[in-house]
Amino acid sequence: MSNSFYGPLDPAPDAGWRDDQPRKGFFTDTSVCIGCKACEVACKEWNAVPEDGLLMLGSSYDNSGSLGASTWRHVKFIEQPKSFGHQNAGMAGTAAGPAMTDVLNRTADSALLGDRTALGTDHSGLDLLGQPVPPARPAPVELGMPLSVLPGAADGAQRTEFRWLMESDVCKHCTHAACLDVCPTGALFRTEFGTVVVQDDICNGCGYCVPACPFGVIDRRVGEKGVTKNEGVAQKCTLCYDRIGDGLQPACAQACPTQSIQYGDVEELRERAQARVDTLHEQGVHDARLYGHDTHDGIGGLGAFFLLLDEPEVYGLPPDPVVTTRDLPEMWRKAGLAALTMLAGAVAVFGGRR
Amino acid sequence: MAECHPVGFQWVMEAKQRGAKVIHIDPRFTRTSALADQHVPIRVGSDIAFLGGVVNYILQNEKDFREYVVAYTNAATILREDFVDTEDLDGLFSGYDPETASYDGESWQYAGHDQQASPSDEDEAAAGEHNAGHELGGRGATLEHSVVQRDETLQHPRCVYQVLKRHYARYTPEMVEQVCGVPVDQFLAVCEAVTANSGRERTTAWVYSVGWTHHSTGVQYIRGSAIVQLLLGNMGRPGGGIMALRGHASIQGSTDIPTLFNLLPGYLPMPVAGEHDSLDGYVATISEPGMKGFWTEARSYAVSLLKAWYGDAAQPENDFCFDLLPKLTGDHGTYQTVMDQIDGKVEGYFLVGQNPAVGSAQAKMQRHGLAALKWLVVRDVNMIESATFWKDGPEIATGELRTEDIETEVFFLPAATHVEKAGSFTQTQRMVQWRHKAVDPPGDARPELDFYYELGVRLRERLAGSTDPKDRMLLDLTWDYRVDEHGDVDGESVLAEINGRFETGERAGQMLPGFTSMKDDGSTSGGCWIYSGIYKDGVNRSARRRPGQEQDWVAAEWGWAWPMDRRTLYNRASADPNGKPWSERKAYVWWDQELDEGAGRWTGHDVPDFEVSKPPSYRAPAGTGGPEGLAGDDPFIMQADGKGWLYAPSGLIDGPMPTHYEPHESPVSNPLYTVQASPTRQVIPRKDNLSNPSAGEPGDDVFPYVFTTYRLTEHHTAGGMSRWVPYLAELQPEMFCEVSPELAAERGLENLGWATITTSRTAIEARVLVTERVTPLHVGGKVVHQIGLPYHWGVGGDAYVSGDSANDLLGLTLDANVHIQESKVGSCDITAGRRPTGPALLRHVEGYRSRAGVTVETGNQQVRRVPGDLAHKSGDGA
Amino acid sequence: MSKGKRGDKNAVVPPAEFTSYYGRPVVKASPWEHDIPAYLFMGGVAAGSSLLAAGADLTDRPALRRTGRLGALVGLTLSMAALVRDLGRPERFLNMLRVVKVTSPMSVGTWILTAYGPFAGLAAAAELRGLLPRRVRDGIVGRLLGASGTPAGLVAAAFAPAVASYTAVLLSDTATPTWHEAHRQLPFVFVGSACAASGGLGMIGAPLSEAGPARRLAVGGALLELAVERRMEQSMGITAEPLHAGHAGQLMRASQVLTIAGAAGAALLGGRSRGAAVVSGAALMAGSACLRFGIFDAGQASARDPRYTVVPQRERLAARAARIVPTSDGRPPVGTAQEKR
Repeated sequence: MSNSFYGPLDPAPDAGWRDDQPRKGFFTDTSVCIGCKACEVACKEWNAVPEDGLLMLGSSYDNSGSLGASTWRHVKFIEQPKSFGHQNAGMAGTAAGPAMTDVLNRTADSALLGDRTALGTDHSGLDLLGQPVPPARPAPVELGMPLSVLPGAADGAQRTEFRWLMESDVCKHCTHAACLDVCPTGALFRTEFGTVVVQDDICNGCGYCVPACPFGVIDRRVGEKGVTKNEGVAQKCTLCYDRIGDGLQPACAQACPTQSIQYGDVEELRERAQARVDTLHEQGVHDARLYGHDTHDGIGGLGAFFLLLDEPEVYGLPPDPVVTTRDLPEMWRKAGLAALTMLAGAVAVFGGRR
Repeated sequence: MAECHPVGFQWVMEAKQRGAKVIHIDPRFTRTSALADQHVPIRVGSDIAFLGGVVNYILQNEKDFREYVVAYTNAATILREDFVDTEDLDGLFSGYDPETASYDGESWQYAGHDQQASPSDEDEAAAGEHNAGHELGGRGATLEHSVVQRDETLQHPRCVYQVLKRHYARYTPEMVEQVCGVPVDQFLAVCEAVTANSGRERTTAWVYSVGWTHHSTGVQYIRGSAIVQLLLGNMGRPGGGIMALRGHASIQGSTDIPTLFNLLPGYLPMPVAGEHDSLDGYVATISEPGMKGFWTEARSYAVSLLKAWYGDAAQPENDFCFDLLPKLTGDHGTYQTVMDQIDGKVEGYFLVGQNPAVGSAQAKMQRHGLAALKWLVVRDVNMIESATFWKDGPEIATGELRTEDIETEVFFLPAATHVEKAGSFTQTQRMVQWRHKAVDPPGDARPELDFYYELGVRLRERLAGSTDPKDRMLLDLTWDYRVDEHGDVDGESVLAEINGRFETGERAGQMLPGFTSMKDDGSTSGGCWIYSGIYKDGVNRSARRRPGQEQDWVAAEWGWAWPMDRRTLYNRASADPNGKPWSERKAYVWWDQELDEGAGRWTGHDVPDFEVSKPPSYRAPAGTGGPEGLAGDDPFIMQADGKGWLYAPSGLIDGPMPTHYEPHESPVSNPLYTVQASPTRQVIPRKDNLSNPSAGEPGDDVFPYVFTTYRLTEHHTAGGMSRWVPYLAELQPEMFCEVSPELAAERGLENLGWATITTSRTAIEARVLVTERVTPLHVGGKVVHQIGLPYHWGVGGDAYVSGDSANDLLGLTLDANVHIQESKVGSCDITAGRRPTGPALLRHVEGYRSRAGVTVETGNQQVRRVPGDLAHKSGDGA
Repeated sequence: MSKGKRGDKNAVVPPAEFTSYYGRPVVKASPWEHDIPAYLFMGGVAAGSSLLAAGADLTDRPALRRTGRLGALVGLTLSMAALVRDLGRPERFLNMLRVVKVTSPMSVGTWILTAYGPFAGLAAAAELRGLLPRRVRDGIVGRLLGASGTPAGLVAAAFAPAVASYTAVLLSDTATPTWHEAHRQLPFVFVGSACAASGGLGMIGAPLSEAGPARRLAVGGALLELAVERRMEQSMGITAEPLHAGHAGQLMRASQVLTIAGAAGAALLGGRSRGAAVVSGAALMAGSACLRFGIFDAGQASARDPRYTVVPQRERLAARAARIVPTSDGRPPVGTAQEKR
């Protein structure tokens, strides 16, 4: 049991499953993602996940914001001045204006204020009394006076490379899943496929799994009581538990037109992924790297892992995630000591005289 | 392609995996660019300059596939002496008449033996008519001379090859940079990639979409790539060709069996009142004795069509009911119809799966047209804006229209979606694929087929017993389609009628094996000759679904492609003149002398697009017409001379060779010619269709920016099928414009803030998306900023998301050949902040008009300054 | 894609450059509202009070005993109310009792409360026996109640320290940077805070003659809390920043001032003037409350800013790359993060 806290292992048997089903998972290859969002839609169609807010976020073509109770697949869009292998983006040499990155962030950021379910039940938009604070207007774009010539042309500033990265994010179905570990009701459980699934009818919405997840995946669904399906209950990707049991592949993988989302046995997927990275390196895409495939990382490896073209945090992923429960034994020790200290103190204060 | 055809794009990705190089030429860096090997940002409306530059590169560097060019194209054909090129007339071809802003194509023809015998006036008039593209249907244009003069050394100064070379001589890489804003090195990279990947061993494909067609010179855009592909020998060969990505699931099908006013099924032209008063007169204008090619069988196709429609009523004595066909009395295209609506000439209108109040160019005129109708039938899956414009359209807000004044009676009929009915899709490869019904339509929603069948039944009941001859049009129709147990019409029974039957003889009642069995004596029927064979032997071949991995790479057992199940047209060209494959690697269709006891036969991976028993060595006796007139090495069998046309001697109204003209609205002066925009573009000078001044006109600085419109993956056209679906609406919830950081700086636009975009038609507002995916271009020494506008949103109350429509910004200016609108490019101004609302919006636009001095004439003279000695030279031409 | 520079003048370490996705959070802030810090505070008060009550019972300090037992009851009731109120599906509260999971501090806590609650309640009930009508009070029930007071109180006292300390694990066993990085010291800070608060309550409720132990508990707890909290911050790297920034920062500063003042007051005057005792007691309770709200808010803020998730992990990776032997828990010595772009 103790080794259940960290390190490599096969989760299903560890959770007590006896019939050895091969562990199932996703390999998401972002180098072929075209950002069509078919995965997001197919997921919602199959799992009857409600609409998640009609907000434009101004962050490239991403208007979903983040994974959440009502967004189980999330396609991210990243525009950056880097090159994609040997691609000629047609921008090199064209005169450039001021870099927009910071401006984009400020405005995209401020668009997140207020209660957006996809971004977690976020109270940063509320003041102490719970009254909503009006979201800050996008910061003014200070790019200088109107110009008649191309900005930057004067000082010779030029655009260099450019690339548009896309990534379909999803629940990682961790080998050591914090959400599952901390769930006090047993609503979250480990399936025979090694995946992690919420039982809607058991979860009492304590919300503990939400801050426990090192990837910010799971969330408590916000909505209208008695109207919104599973309102107040923790929700996330089930890896289409109800499909893979019948030998179908998950809805998102089924819908993906470019095989950016690949479903299968995790072991086999890991080999496929390694081969793909090697190919890309040969093709000159040197910043291709795998994320979450290493069973010796802080999670014991991810059931849904990725091929990325930049650092994880560029995609909003933690660079070195560690399952919080890895430190739990020490926490309990410290808590025990503290309790004893308190008891001793109490005894001491009554010590002897009246 | 990844943006609008993500599912089809998987094959591009597969090709890329196998080493194919993907080049994406687009004003914006799109989802396609993201995965392409090279992205080339280009100025909208400058594509002909780019393609002409490629042609020039090929010719100057002799990169053409010479054997192919000499044998299979009209490169060697010699033109008449009186043809004068745009190079000599500063932007005009010979035969231009400034009064009518049209050409007399006479001087464009091939030189012939009987040149001195100039045709009589009537013929000339007729010739002019023949040249009208919209009258042509799909046939190659007729030629005055079926016998042509050729110089296979390509040295004759008047041979097409040399004429082409002179025409594009100034389309140098430097000129391309100046016109398109594409740096020389980037342009040359494309030229080198394309030429290096063409020839015996390799082929290159060009893929385009409405980014090419929606221009006042749209047809010539396509001609441009046709010339490139013919010069490089990429036509009729595997991996080559030009692929048109269509905007909807079955647009190809709706032109094959057309929803177009000027075509009958199978691209037979619609008969014209006065000109085609008899079947013979009609057929004569399609095929003339002595002309070569399969169109000479037009009579068989026309008669079979009439038999399919009028059955036993169609007899030789009554011209097979030819008189019952409606006849054209003029232009009845979409936009002409809209103007007629506004002018009170149209009473009723059917909208079927179309949302013009949002999705059509000049949406403002569209709505005014709808508001002027007596009745309007809207058949759609959702309560689209075209059905609710009378209560929540933009004109209600501005006070231009008042609900109580609108007399249009709107009938909304819920329609079944494609998964709620069986039927066929015809995709861009001309492949028909059958669709089975997945679920029953909800509530009152009904399939299209049922609706029209029922409509026909009721109309015929109404007219039963009528003696009025015009009612025969309906009463004589064969209206006996199979109905299934639910009372739904069986689509397959319609498909069978389209395929055609033997009507008489011992095979009477059997399905036709193909259009070659069609007869002109009424012994066969067939609803669309090019589809004949799809129901061969009573089997629905469009329903074949044998997986690709279970058959060869041509996958002939998936669906059915017209004509005759050919996957690649003109595939005779995949073999050399002697019938041998150009290379083993690209072997596709070839002549096998061993077959048929040594008689020999064309064979290969695909159905040969050629008379299978005609040997490569065959030469027709002089004067032979019809298919027999084609030689054994004339692969382009639908053309009158069997050759691929580098130069179009007839068939086009706006010139025999693509020539760069600026868009109707452009802040850039044409760097190539004095003539600014297409001299034959169809302008529509109306008070409700004003144009912005272009470069050189007073007030041209009021609309300094260029905008283009397009789609996003997340939505479909005007949003009728996506803005009503929460899962799609939330992905792109608001109308926005894409601008470069530089333009944002210039105009003080904030990311996620608001912008107002103004033309002399109206102004719309949109959220701002600042992105480096949009690059400002250096064009002719000045900076051109381009603004990207998706057009999925509309003003209305019923959808999940709504917003201003980009189509409100567009004016109407049409291509002369096919009346397609120039909706991919226009000029505008953009300012920060939201647009005025109510009557203030009208004042805002009025302000711009007066500042720019816009009048009905503005921008609407086809040729502003008649170039120098034009009168003199074009005089020669006439 | 973004390069954030979210500096903060109160930062204990200079702001490190880091990349994020449009400045959006990597981990999610808990959906919990202010019921939770309220629960932490109440639970602490209840726990400490039960201990005081038991001691007072054994050393015959009826007033302090009464204050303790009633304080425990009130604290317990309010904290349970807060806990249930914060559930997404309160009606499913009992689902917590389906399983016993040592990996879930909330499950463990539920069982601790389940064990502690009834006895604390029984002890309080015994205390309230005096309010019953004479007939009942002298009846079998009444006498049983009276007899059960002491044993119940002792059992409650036995569980009380766990009630006070497990809540630290509840917060630390998350990916919320500031909570998790505090896991080594937080239990001591929380028990210290609990002692201070409950001691303060004792000083308020009991006469000077009986309140000696309460004073000592309060002062001792305050000192423990202040001392360990400092150590905690030093060991947290940049994840300590939120404890000083914004609203959380205000609460933490208020907590320190109140606790120091309260402790000083209790030590110097608490034994002489009842008034001073009441005031210092109240200050200590307020200080404890501010601490719980402060730490809660700091954690929420740290989750909403990707900086506090990304930078420490980058530091870890950098340390590993630089072959610095990580400390037992994998954390390298505190330092600024490398710019990874």
